[in-house]
Amino acid sequence: MNLLGKLSWDAIPHDPIVLVTLAVVAVGGAALFVFMTLAKKWGWLWREWLTSVDHKRLGIMYIILALVMLVRGFADAIMMRTQLAVATNGSEGYLPPHHYDQIFTAHGVIMIIFMAMPFMIGLMNIIVPLQIGARDVAFPFLNNLSFWLAVSGALLVNISLGLGEFAMTGWVAYPPLSGLEFSPGTGVDYYIWALQISGIGTTLTGVNFLITVLKMRTPGMKLMDMPIFTWTCTWANVLIVASFPILTAALAMLTLDRYLDFHFFTNDLGGNSMMYINLFWAWGHPEVYILVLPAFGMFSEIVSTFSGKRLFGHKSMIYASGVISLLGFIVWLHHFFTMGSSANVNAFFGIMTMIIAIPTGVKLFNWLFTMYKGRIRMEVPMYWVIGFMITFSIGGMTGVLLAIPGADYVLHNSLFLIAHFHNTIIGGAVFGYLAGFAFWFPKAMGFHLDPKLGKVSFWCWFIGFFLAFMPLYVLGFMGMTRRLNHTDNPDWNVWLYIAAVGAFVIAIGIGAFVLQLILGFKNKDKNLDKTGDPWNGHTLEWSLASPPQFYNFAKLPQVEDLDAFTDMKEKGTAYQRHASYEPIHMPSNTNAGPIMGLLATAMGFALIWHIWWLAGASFIGLIVAFICRAYASNTDYYVQPDEVARIENAHLDNVAKG
Amino acid sequence: MNLLLTRNLSKVALAALVALLAGCQGGVLDPKGQIGVMEKELIITATILMLLVVVPVILMTLYFAWKYREGRGEAYEPKWSHSTKIEAVVWIIPIIIIAILGVITYKSTHALNPYKPIESEEEPITVEVVSLNWKWLFIYPDLGIATVNELAFPANVPVNFRITSAGTMNSFFIPQLGSQIYSMAGMETKLHLIADEPGTFKGISANYSGHGFTGMQFETIATPTREDFQEWVEGVKANGEALTTERYEALVEPTEYHPVEYFGTVKDGLFFDIIWEYMGDMGRIEFYGKPEYGAELPEGIILPKRERTSTSHEAEEASH
Repeated sequence: MNLLGKLSWDAIPHDPIVLVTLAVVAVGGAALFVFMTLAKKWGWLWREWLTSVDHKRLGIMYIILALVMLVRGFADAIMMRTQLAVATNGSEGYLPPHHYDQIFTAHGVIMIIFMAMPFMIGLMNIIVPLQIGARDVAFPFLNNLSFWLAVSGALLVNISLGLGEFAMTGWVAYPPLSGLEFSPGTGVDYYIWALQISGIGTTLTGVNFLITVLKMRTPGMKLMDMPIFTWTCTWANVLIVASFPILTAALAMLTLDRYLDFHFFTNDLGGNSMMYINLFWAWGHPEVYILVLPAFGMFSEIVSTFSGKRLFGHKSMIYASGVISLLGFIVWLHHFFTMGSSANVNAFFGIMTMIIAIPTGVKLFNWLFTMYKGRIRMEVPMYWVIGFMITFSIGGMTGVLLAIPGADYVLHNSLFLIAHFHNTIIGGAVFGYLAGFAFWFPKAMGFHLDPKLGKVSFWCWFIGFFLAFMPLYVLGFMGMTRRLNHTDNPDWNVWLYIAAVGAFVIAIGIGAFVLQLILGFKNKDKNLDKTGDPWNGHTLEWSLASPPQFYNFAKLPQVEDLDAFTDMKEKGTAYQRHASYEPIHMPSNTNAGPIMGLLATAMGFALIWHIWWLAGASFIGLIVAFICRAYASNTDYYVQPDEVARIENAHLDNVAKG
Repeated sequence: MNLLLTRNLSKVALAALVALLAGCQGGVLDPKGQIGVMEKELIITATILMLLVVVPVILMTLYFAWKYREGRGEAYEPKWSHSTKIEAVVWIIPIIIIAILGVITYKSTHALNPYKPIESEEEPITVEVVSLNWKWLFIYPDLGIATVNELAFPANVPVNFRITSAGTMNSFFIPQLGSQIYSMAGMETKLHLIADEPGTFKGISANYSGHGFTGMQFETIATPTREDFQEWVEGVKANGEALTTERYEALVEPTEYHPVEYFGTVKDGLFFDIIWEYMGDMGRIEFYGKPEYGAELPEGIILPKRERTSTSHEAEEASH
């Protein structure tokens, strides 16, 4: 038996682009290692962050993961756009299919699973417990484990860059192309295990946050009184719990096909690839609402805060989100109208899809009427909201167009489709996360970012988005299909050039964002947020210090109004000094999460390379680590009243100083 | 009134669109066949209907953001957050638009059903399409010829495509003629197209199928008359070798940018064999009735005697 399975020296790619990337990563990693060692920060990093069960710290780590993966996924995007701008008129460009096909697959997987999801889950982690007046999530250790499973998946995707290859199937990995017959390499196995491991983490997150909002709301807060962001996250978590198991099952069947010669999705022996395609989208369509609903919640909070008004139609918003969630489950077939189903089937799924435009339209109108008779402060988060409302209206319109089977028959899989879903995912979800990032950054980190650079970043993203994706709508109408490696139609060239320019404008936007962060940390002492309420907020998170006390609430707040904190400020009950405090029960940090994440990575890696002894050993290790954690007795502690009093008084003194 | 307005608006928008895309030849907005023309009109009508909501929303967003900016001293009502009237209107307007679009969708989906034969006085031509890695095989069962990466038929004659795959999944698509449909191994899909004028149109695969996918293109020649088409057929017969089972097996081997090939004769029932290769294990024999071209069956399999006259889709369409 070969101890290293299929792994050998040949697994290291010889492509110069990949080698240079690996060299840069190696140098950067070594520099980071030296810095951390010299500064003696490893112990601090492990004790305070990596093993933390504090939802706020986990949220920050999720967002760091998302930003790192954003840079990786965006590098892929730049390569694709430049390849297509160069490879015209018969030129083959600089990326041969073997490399190019991995890039577009990796771009999709990374942006959806390892950029958008961690970004959304990160913001949800930081804010949801604060908004409902809870001291942590229902299962703090599970929360830490979910994070490490997400990291584990992200690690596998990145390892594929230096060892072996990534899938060359597109991010949907349709069989039979993703089956053993047509993809015999390790690429699809990297795809399977990266998605499988991180997907289980996501399912656990969904369960965790559902229980949190059901069981841990502060006294006086009924379900319908939860802030809108918490509500949209709750709908997203319902979708996670209902849809991620479908992905898990579909990937498990694909795994059996590839590893044990089953025939669920193969061409021969009774397999049927359309079963996978149905299952994939039964998860895949709810997934896009998982991404966008929390973003809608962020826009709602921001538009209400910066208009200095209550949100228009709070209930209507909750129901609209619910309708979107439910309908999201009965539209999956619109991803393959061209499969050859009957006119009645296609018409049903088309009409169901369009109906989603109704609650979505209602949301847009509700944001408009929140601005109406408000007093709008044009801060950075509000720029993102206005930009989103314009961009997303267009994306919604093209989505309804694609929902008409007769139109989809000519637009399916074209660049029109690419433009549409980037229009909704960038113009909807990502604009939302960047808005939420700007909005809650002072809360999470305790200091402000430079608003000028924030606005530069917004304008570059906004203009860059239109430059990069409007030409794709045109190209779709001109008959250009997706995933082409090069083109030979002179009419298309000018649009491909504009799209490439757009990608570089977005790159400047990302650059401004990074610069904003660097300068922010450098000048942080000058821009401290001392009151904890920089925007005159409406909800409970703004009643705490920035960054919040590690136990969140010294005393659980009594809620009497939808805009709980505004209500307290108006009644004069905000910022009360208490004579005494009770001890606060808190969960202890634990090594189990990162250890299990590491073991999951090892197991995934071993399965990809058929290193069976390692797969078995790390699986047993996982079980043992879990059992040890289950029997651990030192999992909690009490914060003593004198410490609580000291922290609370310091915060109240800061507030009093203004 | 509303309809009239819509029609006038659609004319204006159509003119604008045409002007905008004047240089853009060869795409789905430059259709050369009846199906494509209907789909283009559908896209334009639907877009205009939606613009009726989208344009006001965008304008209102910009206007409200400007009008209610801090410091302009406009009316300020921080607690105003509910109005049953406004709520009713914001639910009803999208509902109306979507109701209209829903009716359009239902009708157009039936009218444009790819499985529905095109009504015409002309006798249709049948072409069997097989996607291979990475090229297209076209079999003319009634003419006994086959080609690779070149498709021809007379203009103004309906073409019935029967489509399958011998490898990965692809999508058979001639953008200027209209609808596309997937090609899947072990399954048969159908597509009905027509060219309204003679010309040469580009055909592609519209579903990524592996690293030779970009080169999976073919020329579609719509000849001016049936006589011209007959001439093309003769040309194929004169140049072509025979597409036997052995020759087909060689053809299945993956190739990229495969040149055009002509086959003067084709093994009877080859298309059936290709589907049967994967269907054979499925035990759903009745689905394909009997081998229509007398294909040889694997030993031990007995097909039911029942004649299969039409698919369920065709029967359903006929009843409409």
